[in-house]
Amino acid sequence: MENLSHLLDGFANIVSPINLLMALIGVVAGTAVGVLPGIGPAMTVALLLPITYGLEPTQAFILFAGIYYGGMYGGSTTSILLNTPGESSSVVTAIEGNLMAKAGRAAQALATAAIGSFVAGTLATLALVFVTPVVVDFAVGLGSPDYFAIMMLAFLAVSIVLGTSRVRGFASLLVGLVIGLIGIDRVTGQQRLTLGIPELADGIDVVVVAVGIFAVGEALWVAAHLRRKSVAVIPVGRPWLSRQDWRRSWKPWLRGAALGFPFGAVPAGGAEVPTFLSYAAEKKLTKHPEEFGKGAIEGVAGPEAANNASAAGSLVPMLAIGLPTTAVAAVMLAAFESYGIQPGPLLFEREPILVWTLIASLFLGNLLLLVLNLPLAPAWARLLRIPRHYLYAGILFFASMGAYAVNAKPLDLVLLLLLGLLGFGMRRFGFPVLPLIVGVILGPRAELQGRRSLQLSGGELSGLIGGPVSYTIYAIIALILLWPLLRRLPIFTKPRRPA
Amino acid sequence: MTLEAEEIRGKDRAQYGVCAFLALTGVAVIFDALRITHLTSSNDPIGPRPVPVILGIALLVTAVIYAVDVARGGRGEPEAGEDVDLTTPVDRRTVLLLVGFFLANAALIEPLGWVISGAVLFWGSAFALGNRHHVRGLVIAGALSLGTFYAFAIGLGVNLPAGVLQGIL
Repeated sequence: MENLSHLLDGFANIVSPINLLMALIGVVAGTAVGVLPGIGPAMTVALLLPITYGLEPTQAFILFAGIYYGGMYGGSTTSILLNTPGESSSVVTAIEGNLMAKAGRAAQALATAAIGSFVAGTLATLALVFVTPVVVDFAVGLGSPDYFAIMMLAFLAVSIVLGTSRVRGFASLLVGLVIGLIGIDRVTGQQRLTLGIPELADGIDVVVVAVGIFAVGEALWVAAHLRRKSVAVIPVGRPWLSRQDWRRSWKPWLRGAALGFPFGAVPAGGAEVPTFLSYAAEKKLTKHPEEFGKGAIEGVAGPEAANNASAAGSLVPMLAIGLPTTAVAAVMLAAFESYGIQPGPLLFEREPILVWTLIASLFLGNLLLLVLNLPLAPAWARLLRIPRHYLYAGILFFASMGAYAVNAKPLDLVLLLLLGLLGFGMRRFGFPVLPLIVGVILGPRAELQGRRSLQLSGGELSGLIGGPVSYTIYAIIALILLWPLLRRLPIFTKPRRPA
Repeated sequence: MTLEAEEIRGKDRAQYGVCAFLALTGVAVIFDALRITHLTSSNDPIGPRPVPVILGIALLVTAVIYAVDVARGGRGEPEAGEDVDLTTPVDRRTVLLLVGFFLANAALIEPLGWVISGAVLFWGSAFALGNRHHVRGLVIAGALSLGTFYAFAIGLGVNLPAGVLQGIL
């Protein structure tokens, strides 16, 4: 129950006019940016990072929590009304959601997404309150070899398990790791890959990488293939649900939340798998199977809840171990670092006020989102009509501003462009961007932990294998790597029964 | 997803360029690692070299595997999106114009200040993307760059240079 008292302290910290205002600004800005076509949650968070720069950490993170949930909600609005999801995690929501919108039930689709996000987000954040301290207790006992193993697992998970192509995911990861290598080696002070440019000695700021890959890369990619016809936007009224919609939605919300949270919380989870599972489950359990494929409300309620719950779940490894498993968590980690705060087991000891205020503001952001967005949905939908040349010009404008503001170095703008071109190339050739971002962020830490492990063993490679934790993780890694071979074994190749 | 018209004919050969990029990066990383002084100590038995060397080798191996994948007809699916029309070829002119305005911003931001360079960036990008309302574009650009300057540089203390307008703003 200690957690609950911490959480109450967190709530007590939020309830000041200025902090409430921060949460409100965050939710509004996050939704407004997230709803813009082509801007997913990760890009929203990266683009809006600069507005937190001048603030003290606590307020910055309250604002940030609002931006995060606002961006997620905005993304689902876009996918329901336009049917072309910006992020892979909203793909499933878009299927039935857009069909509902086309059938004249856009208001109900948005309502079940909004209320479902609220329910699932609240439940998952509550789960986070109880699970995170347990993970922290576990993580406190971990040594460098264990951390090294966990990071290896995270690398494999984001590059091999989550993507569609192993070789492309792995290549993306390696490029990210190389970018993370740039700068002065923290242990020996040797310059690596700096090409003699003094500004590169500190490495490339993660914010610059994230904004370059997400925002600039996306803007350039869209510019190269800009659809000249305007996209049809489905008009929407104020979202509401009838009694029957409620009856059909509440179970999918709860099931979605239950599926999403655990997937988000494990390093190899992500949001794609639980949203697909939730969709499949709802399709099977529904009393209205005839509506699936024509706009079934369960098909929006479940996946959207799963998406939100997994987003909250992904904060568990991020806060407790310092391990980002989604692009948003990766950007968030970068934000923590820009305040000199190191997520990980010690975070809860060193910055209890900050962490618990952050968690409390997740609840608050969720609530504000619901209160604000139900009445404001028609206004957000209007943002979808923004002329595309202004939209993408604006993305480049804010991306430049944010990247320059990090260090006030014009060279960062050149790097931003180069990274944007890299992001362009990755989109052209179908490379996933998540492994790259995770590589940039975790690469230097993995090297540090690996070298620490070897320091303890005097350079013997056996030092990398610590205790039971790392044994277990290496066993999982071996399973992941060997899975394509194992799958062909007779026990896995039984003829499948039709589902 | 339907295949792009230009790609139906055969493999997406441009992917070999990506292999070359990965391989070259790998070689560059290894060379850079061999250039740095190899320092080891009891505190740090492996030094700064092994990690880049391992990454470089991994990049080379990945480049080869990728090339094999491409030769077998593998292709990555270009990213779709709300405003993306994959049936059109890459619009080089737009992309080059955007790159140009982007670099102009990088060059002008310190001498002229964010208000001017940012406005140039916005106006130019909108122009490159097909905006033909030049005056309206300029008004929006000016409003955005002034607005962000006052809100962020003056309001929040974010680093944005005033440039030649120092003292006026």
